[in-house]
Amino acid sequence: MAPILRSTSLLALFVCHISLFFFFASNLPISSGSEDSYTITGRVRIPASTVIGHAAKFSNIKVILNGGQNVTFLRPDGYFTFHKVPAGTHLIEVYAMGYFFSPVRVDVSARHNGKVQATLTETRRSLTELVLEPLRAEQYYEMREPFNVMAIAKSPMGLMVGFMVVVVFLMPKLMENIDPEEMKSAQEQMRSQGVPSLSSLLPASR
Amino acid sequence: MAIRVFLLLPVFLSSAIVSFSLYEDQAGLADWHQRYIGKVKHAVFHTQKTGRKRVIVSTEENVVASLDLRHGEIFWRHVLGTKDAIDGVGIALGKYVITLSSEGSTLRAWNLPDGQMVWETALHSAHHSKSLLSVPINLKVDKDYPITVFGGGYLHAVSALDGEVLWEKDFTAEGFEVQRVLQPLGSTVIYVLGFVNLSEAVVYQIDSKSGEVLAQKSMAFPGGFSGEISSVSSDKVVVLDSTKSILVTIGFLDGDISFQKTPISDLVEDSGNAEILSPLLSNMLAVKVNKRTVFVKVGGEGKLEVVDSLSDETAMSDSLAVADDQEAFASVHHEGSKIHLMVKLVNELDNVLLRETIEMDQHRGRVHKVFMNNYIRTDRSNGFRALIVMEDHSLLLLQQGAIVWSREEGLASVTDVTTAELPVEKDGVSVAKVEHTLFEWLKGHVLKLKGSLLLASPEDVVAIQELRVKSSGKNKLTRDHNGFRKLILALTRGGKLFALHTGDGRIVWSMLLKSQACERPNGISLYQWQVPHHHAMDKNPSVLVVGRCGSDSSAPGVLSFVDVYTGKEITSSDIGHSVVQVLPLPFTDSTEQRLHLIADTVGHVHLYPKTSEALSIFQREFQNIYWYTVEADDGIIRGHVMKSSCSGETADEYCFTTRELWTVVFPSESEKIISTLTRKSNEVVHTQAKVNTDQDLLYKYVSKNLLFVATVSPKGAGEIGSVTPEESSLVVYLIDTITGRILHRLSHQGCQGPVHAVFSENWVVYHYFNLRAHKYEVTVVEIYDQSRAENKNVWKLILGKHNLTAPITSYSRPEVFTKSQSYFFAQSVKTIAVTSTAKGITSKQLLIGTIGDQILALDKRFVDPRRTLNPSQAEKEEGIIPLTDSLPIIPQSYVTHSHRVEGLRGIVTAPSKLESTTHVFAYGVDLFYTRLAPSKTYDSLTDDFSYALLLITIVVLVAAIYITWALSEKKELSEKWR
Repeated sequence: MAPILRSTSLLALFVCHISLFFFFASNLPISSGSEDSYTITGRVRIPASTVIGHAAKFSNIKVILNGGQNVTFLRPDGYFTFHKVPAGTHLIEVYAMGYFFSPVRVDVSARHNGKVQATLTETRRSLTELVLEPLRAEQYYEMREPFNVMAIAKSPMGLMVGFMVVVVFLMPKLMENIDPEEMKSAQEQMRSQGVPSLSSLLPASR
Repeated sequence: MAIRVFLLLPVFLSSAIVSFSLYEDQAGLADWHQRYIGKVKHAVFHTQKTGRKRVIVSTEENVVASLDLRHGEIFWRHVLGTKDAIDGVGIALGKYVITLSSEGSTLRAWNLPDGQMVWETALHSAHHSKSLLSVPINLKVDKDYPITVFGGGYLHAVSALDGEVLWEKDFTAEGFEVQRVLQPLGSTVIYVLGFVNLSEAVVYQIDSKSGEVLAQKSMAFPGGFSGEISSVSSDKVVVLDSTKSILVTIGFLDGDISFQKTPISDLVEDSGNAEILSPLLSNMLAVKVNKRTVFVKVGGEGKLEVVDSLSDETAMSDSLAVADDQEAFASVHHEGSKIHLMVKLVNELDNVLLRETIEMDQHRGRVHKVFMNNYIRTDRSNGFRALIVMEDHSLLLLQQGAIVWSREEGLASVTDVTTAELPVEKDGVSVAKVEHTLFEWLKGHVLKLKGSLLLASPEDVVAIQELRVKSSGKNKLTRDHNGFRKLILALTRGGKLFALHTGDGRIVWSMLLKSQACERPNGISLYQWQVPHHHAMDKNPSVLVVGRCGSDSSAPGVLSFVDVYTGKEITSSDIGHSVVQVLPLPFTDSTEQRLHLIADTVGHVHLYPKTSEALSIFQREFQNIYWYTVEADDGIIRGHVMKSSCSGETADEYCFTTRELWTVVFPSESEKIISTLTRKSNEVVHTQAKVNTDQDLLYKYVSKNLLFVATVSPKGAGEIGSVTPEESSLVVYLIDTITGRILHRLSHQGCQGPVHAVFSENWVVYHYFNLRAHKYEVTVVEIYDQSRAENKNVWKLILGKHNLTAPITSYSRPEVFTKSQSYFFAQSVKTIAVTSTAKGITSKQLLIGTIGDQILALDKRFVDPRRTLNPSQAEKEEGIIPLTDSLPIIPQSYVTHSHRVEGLRGIVTAPSKLESTTHVFAYGVDLFYTRLAPSKTYDSLTDDFSYALLLITIVVLVAAIYITWALSEKKELSEKWR
């Protein structure tokens, strides 16, 4: 379960990162040509301060319409455009290494001259403007735990070593602290009861 | 036994959800990634400036890439969408790469140094037409000459700086086809030459500044044109007439059209039909007549004369200006195992500027394309380099009589993959040196220990990586104990078979498919032909390569049998009939050659190998051979059975007729087949039963004859966004392919394709689009056998009163029930596969190839119909995960980690000898290989297991024992003295 928990915490972290941009939508219907094809213009933005040192390279980001029907790339300013999109409900996905983007449901309205409405399908958040930001950064590798004395001590081998140290060094000390006469009487008692004792096995007691 | 192992299994596996998880320093240890671009269509050199010399290429895999001209490495590359085929490339302003794609409707500019897209312009297109891109070559960077683009019936002038359309001109008139757009150098007039109904030539003169038509002339040509055209100069083109026997020179100097006819018989004696070849040569054209290439010079008045002729196997480049108004072109022809590269001046063909002979690998085939580039040597003379594309799609750079670099671009179009074993290591033959001193061994392990404790310096890390690669011996060419070293056999569309080593992905051998019947057979599929393991141990294993002469399914097939160890072709045959389906049968002959049936288009099947022994084996099983065909366009699935030998029609005793046994017809108005799938025939199922939490047994319905079919409403067969939820529904079926019985039907309202599915053991997992939620969904269907459900009692099993050993016939009606569950999935999917292991004990992982060209490993337990919202304690102990509405995407479980398998098309898995481990090979434009352990390597120590730590611990313990013993002796002695 650990990976899941980690990713949800990352998610929470990144929701905070998403700075909100609220000004009215970029609905750019194509002016001439056929009546029923429109243009979807949007923007991909990656927060500048990333936790992991992934250099956000726009040149490796792809924007995909309807699961591969159209593929486009980002301009240097992060904008992308799909041309000749018919009215209807479409799906836009952004693929960038190191980031996870929610797919976006995009409704292109025929009645309102190609007005675009967008909703993130993962969080069901509707966007007033088609600005896509990653839900979370993705780390493809496990992080190595840094060297830690406690971690070694807690490991099974560490515990074994610890126990042995206790037995070897502390037990004789305990024995030494007992008064020799008391010890003798105790041993006598035990012998009379005929119960083999631990102290009789120890070399120090002899 | 099976049940006991099953009960033991959760002990191993249920502890935690095992994600793939790799540490960064482990990347590249068990995996490799190779980047390709595909068969090159266009190439533009960029060598003018000092600094990095590069060549910009576009390929048949819709890739535009910038390659290092010195080493052939990729600087940058972009894989465009599958429907975005590139029509032309150019370099504008010395800093932008311009690509025209999607039948001339998309124009993009990419930054030359780093490949960042600069601008993108969608151009008007009305109908399908030729798409022509012309990027002006200007040396002055500051002046913006417009790019002229013709596509979709419109001529556009586009500013190279920002992609703005300056003007556009409509050429969509009925019957008018634009053939050439020419702009003489330095002129402001653009000539647009086209044909009306292939019988009238029309020339428009257009002002390049405003797009206005300055003049228009037309002239009818009574013979009609054939459409093949070659422009020889800025005011002349040469066309073939409709009979393909007369060359017509069309001059349109200053807008006046003139025709000049020259019959080919005047140029070449006893000529047949001619074909104009594509290279553009100034004032000259190349014509292919009678399998010879004839160079025809076009005189000032359109007069044609033959200046040279070459043998057929000649590839030519376009002509290129080399100082002082002279143009040169390169030609390459074969002679035995050598190729000859010649560079000649166009005006004086006798003047050979360069003549080089280069030894060439026979398995590259012929030269397909030549692109030439010149450079000025230090002594001010011209030097030439040629980029050549071979028949097997490989790309080579020739310079100074040598191959500077080569790229195996055939591997970008893999069509089928199989795996093969490497030869066994012979006694006394050590392939790689492994011996080193104990000190070195210990030093290596100390280094590893440092690495795992994060105490290693960067140099140490490098040393560790090297050590790991070396010590694992993973690149040896022999079989290993764990089965990690194997050969991946990949057949490419170009008809070449490659054997790749799993250790590092290098090409062990490659072989070009040959045929007597045709020039260039295509590769279709690969089968295991002979895998000796019990008998015939002296034989090397071999594979069957099925190819076809042409792209049509009725074209005759080609079979080739290839020795896996040596890569040599054992035999090959032109089988004379077409290949529709190849059915490997579960029978082998005494030399362990597998019997195969090949179905052709006329309804016959042919048995291979053609031996009497194979025939007798086949005759014995004649009644038990069934197969099915899917006619997706008509919505029909048919089951077939053998009928008789077709000796009545042909003398071929290995040919058989078949008869139809059953048909399943889907109503064409409501259902259209979009996907069919069966289980892998070589899959191993370990346990027949599944234990429920309430100690109940469920028997898996494991049948090799199950077919998964997905259909969708015809309206919903298109793309997402083309249909409303009410109009589309998806129906999936499980059909028994022996009887045609539908065992299960499941309907998803408001859903549509594309469907990507995977079928393993008794379950199917498929991915589709839910229109209502507007999300992708994944559904799992598990199918269980009801008829064996009574066999729960242990006493019954002991006393043998069970029906487990009763013969199963497909004709009895199976009592089955299914369980299914659906989940959301947040990504589009390109392909799904499942891991496969040697015994099938290890739990399975789904390998999901996402649209982002990554591969996600998803544990099968996430797609388990027994998942509930609140699993009971017992269920949790068994490893059932609480139900969530969507499947998790854990970044650490991407098996491709930080790589992308661009253009991903398929994923193949193969078991290794070690039960925990499976080989995964993914192919697309790129190749990727890795080894996976879906339940971690429970049967072997991991690579980073620290032997040094173990050894040090032992040494320390022994030392401690001795020290304490000595101490206690001493103490005892002093006690006694007291």
